[in-house]
Amino acid sequence: MKIRFSRTGCLILTLTLLASIALCAVGVLLGGVVNKKAMMPEISLAAEEIPLPFSLPLFGNHIPNTLPATWLTMLLLILLGLSYRRALRKKGSTSRLVIAVEAIGEGMLRFMEGAVGEKARMFFPLVATFFLFIALSNWCGILPGFSSIGIWVPHHVEGAGEAAHEEGHEVLVPFFRSANAHLSTTLALAIVSVAAAQYFGVRVSGKHYWRRYLNFRATSPKPDPATQSLLQRLISKFARVVEAFVNGIVGLLEAMLEALKVLPFSFRLFGNIFAGEVLLFVVSYLFAFVFPVIFLGLELFVGLLQGVIFSMLTLVFFSIATASHHEEAQHH
Amino acid sequence: MWPEGYESVTQAAAALSIALGVIFPALSIGWIGSKAMEAIGRNPEASGGILTTMILVAALAEAIAIYVLVVALAIKFVK
Repeated sequence: MKIRFSRTGCLILTLTLLASIALCAVGVLLGGVVNKKAMMPEISLAAEEIPLPFSLPLFGNHIPNTLPATWLTMLLLILLGLSYRRALRKKGSTSRLVIAVEAIGEGMLRFMEGAVGEKARMFFPLVATFFLFIALSNWCGILPGFSSIGIWVPHHVEGAGEAAHEEGHEVLVPFFRSANAHLSTTLALAIVSVAAAQYFGVRVSGKHYWRRYLNFRATSPKPDPATQSLLQRLISKFARVVEAFVNGIVGLLEAMLEALKVLPFSFRLFGNIFAGEVLLFVVSYLFAFVFPVIFLGLELFVGLLQGVIFSMLTLVFFSIATASHHEEAQHH
Repeated sequence: MWPEGYESVTQAAAALSIALGVIFPALSIGWIGSKAMEAIGRNPEASGGILTTMILVAALAEAIAIYVLVVALAIKFVK
């Protein structure tokens, strides 16, 4: 296969190469100046706070450093959407961008239809958005500059107080940190996913949906005075009471399970991305050149896989929530 | 959180938590892989779908190891 480059393609490639060589040179020259302490950056489980020179209404005078990364992802997605619309209007469906975007969208829809059938069209907007957002923000998280370019701020150690200030102990607060390496981001995604499952459930089966959680009815037949003796009637009545009680407890357990789903959902995504960041830190600290590239490739794969897993699980939960009672009885 | 001189205990706790915690995810990933290979051996035409499901389930099992890793990192780095 012969690879051909257009003139713009050549220009972009050359510029990228030159820019990376320049960045390397700047890094080598300024290494001792900018990075005051050539050591492994401190790893913090929580997102670091960037101090701002001005005050924002909701955040005060500092924002978590995952927020710029989230905005960057949103900006990229919005730009993609706008340029898709522009290309569709200008050139119609022969534009390369339009074909690429539609291929991705159609691929996702086919994948979802293979999993849940015709309901896939109803869930497509939300699930595809989850996938695009998570995968793109994970990929943004391994761009150069993430978790490495930032400002030095005095470190606040709880308990140590002023002593740490006087020593001049400072930590690097990067401007960007992978969006999903912040528990709040993943928790928000998980809450949206669980709440949307309730929404779809109510939309499909109406108020019958709540019977899944508040169920105090027995399904066994009522005692029949015509054919049964007094003792038999008493026994079956007792059985019905016990059944209603057990159904009530099962409904409560279902509700608890639904609410607790938020936790594994958010921890899985957060843990994978945060562990990936730590892995990259440690590997780049041990071997400065070439070797970390393998792990960058691994992180690309993990980032995509986590997007797939999050959206697939969301899809499965949606499909369980919208299964009618009849279908559910067949499953058991 | 820890009194002075207890750093070695936190180191040991972090190391032990990850060492013990990855045993069962490792076993489960091996089991998932072996079962998937068995399924592909029986039904080679379905290998595409089986492979996709296998990677998905393996990532779910791996997530448990990731929980342990987060706990170990929290023990080590949260002060």
